[in-house]
Amino acid sequence: MFESLVEAVEQAEARRISLGELALEGEAEEGLRSREEIEGSLLRALVVMRQAVARGLAGDLKSVSGLVGGDAAKLNRPVGPLAGTVFTDVLASALAVQEVNAAMGVIVAAPTAGGAGVLPGLLLGLAKHRPVPDVMLVKALATAGLVGAVVAVRASLSGAEGGCQAETGAAAGMAAAAGVELLGGSPTEAAHAVALTMQGTLGLVCDPLGGLVEVPCVYRNATGAAIALAGIEMSLAGIRFPIPVDEVIDTMGEIGRTMDVRYRETAGGGLAATPTGRRLAKERLVQLRGKRQ
Amino acid sequence: MVSILDIIGPVMVGPSSSHTAGACRIGLFARGLVDGRPDAAKVELHGSFARTGTGHGTDRAIAGGLLGFLPDDERLRESLELAEEAGLALTFTNTRLRGDHHPNTARITVRRGDREAVLVGSSVGAGRILITQIDGFPVEITGAYPTLVFVAHDEPGIIAAVSTVLARQGHNIASMRVSRHHKGGEAIHVYELDQAATSDALEAIRSISAVSKLRSIPRVA
Repeated sequence: MFESLVEAVEQAEARRISLGELALEGEAEEGLRSREEIEGSLLRALVVMRQAVARGLAGDLKSVSGLVGGDAAKLNRPVGPLAGTVFTDVLASALAVQEVNAAMGVIVAAPTAGGAGVLPGLLLGLAKHRPVPDVMLVKALATAGLVGAVVAVRASLSGAEGGCQAETGAAAGMAAAAGVELLGGSPTEAAHAVALTMQGTLGLVCDPLGGLVEVPCVYRNATGAAIALAGIEMSLAGIRFPIPVDEVIDTMGEIGRTMDVRYRETAGGGLAATPTGRRLAKERLVQLRGKRQ
Repeated sequence: MVSILDIIGPVMVGPSSSHTAGACRIGLFARGLVDGRPDAAKVELHGSFARTGTGHGTDRAIAGGLLGFLPDDERLRESLELAEEAGLALTFTNTRLRGDHHPNTARITVRRGDREAVLVGSSVGAGRILITQIDGFPVEITGAYPTLVFVAHDEPGIIAAVSTVLARQGHNIASMRVSRHHKGGEAIHVYELDQAATSDALEAIRSISAVSKLRSIPRVA
């Protein structure tokens, strides 16, 4: 649909419409699905995201290997310096969705299952503090979809290809644009929020223990959402990132292409290769294999 | 072109779009090859499927697909137990397939009554799949369309006869591919359609004398 976020922003600004509206129009023009069907699919995604947040916050889930689960609920009653703010609700919601994912629950890949907590974490965390109608959340999801589609074409959305910067990093960029739109910001502000967010996730490696979507993936979804919040806050304050967003996305792609294979989902490097990472992975995988036989 | 619905989706059981949702779709395709729930299936996992498949529920996802569960069906979690209850005899082994294969690949041998099929399928990212072999013939099938697969003697006129049948039934062909092992031998034909073929169309194609092993597989993605 769009291969350049800069061009999409120009079009949206010229027509005085949001990026979400532009995305919905563009998708309908492709002719595969009607506008109604597209919005229906996004609404279903929203419903599943809400259910996943609620499921995860219940706090009784354990992942397939048993390594993660139950941490989102610890933020139900936060005690840190940001207790009671949007920030802790965003963290909690992102963790919740990713804990559901790790426990083989139902989630929406956005853009992938490994990065599925960031976008709902951010949007539903925000929505908890300022009620917004579903139609606006659906449009925000369309905005996120547009950003993700540009990243897919210009760089990558696969940890095996580009490291975690291509999964939770891309998800954070998508969430930043969606969040700006939900908060009434302009397409230009959305694009700067993406750039300010993704500059902060450049180079992020994919190093899951045992190759499982558990550690650090669950926590990295929460920190990804936190970086998106930072990008949104800076952009809405009027801060403009000097490198155009398309070039930031291209940079992510370039770093991914040259990233050592140990850092691309192979569990050969990073946290996965630490002594504790190796030990935990070995213990859990042996148990799992035992279960299968 | 990348759809925003490819990015915000699919709705799926976790934890991995490639190791879980894609694996389920490969299982669904294998089920389609024998037109229903197999009595037995031998699943050989290759590459990353073999290495981390258990922790990602790849085995459960494939079993679920063989039982007809979609990627967003929560029964995927208990599919190994449900397969046993349903009388589907399943074996999983790790293997190293010869030749060039995507890291997330499985070879599945399915049997249902007197029908049998062997497929090789890969999960190529974000839940999308590519079936690369059926019964030893090379193919390229995404499962995004209802698909017709059959084997035919390599002789002139087969494509014309089949496409005439499909046109008469009002079926639009999205893509078509024929490949053969050697000239004058047998060729595999793959038609991706916009709608599933009607039983009349299937009957008419089956009656073409050179055609054998006709299968109609519903879309899995």
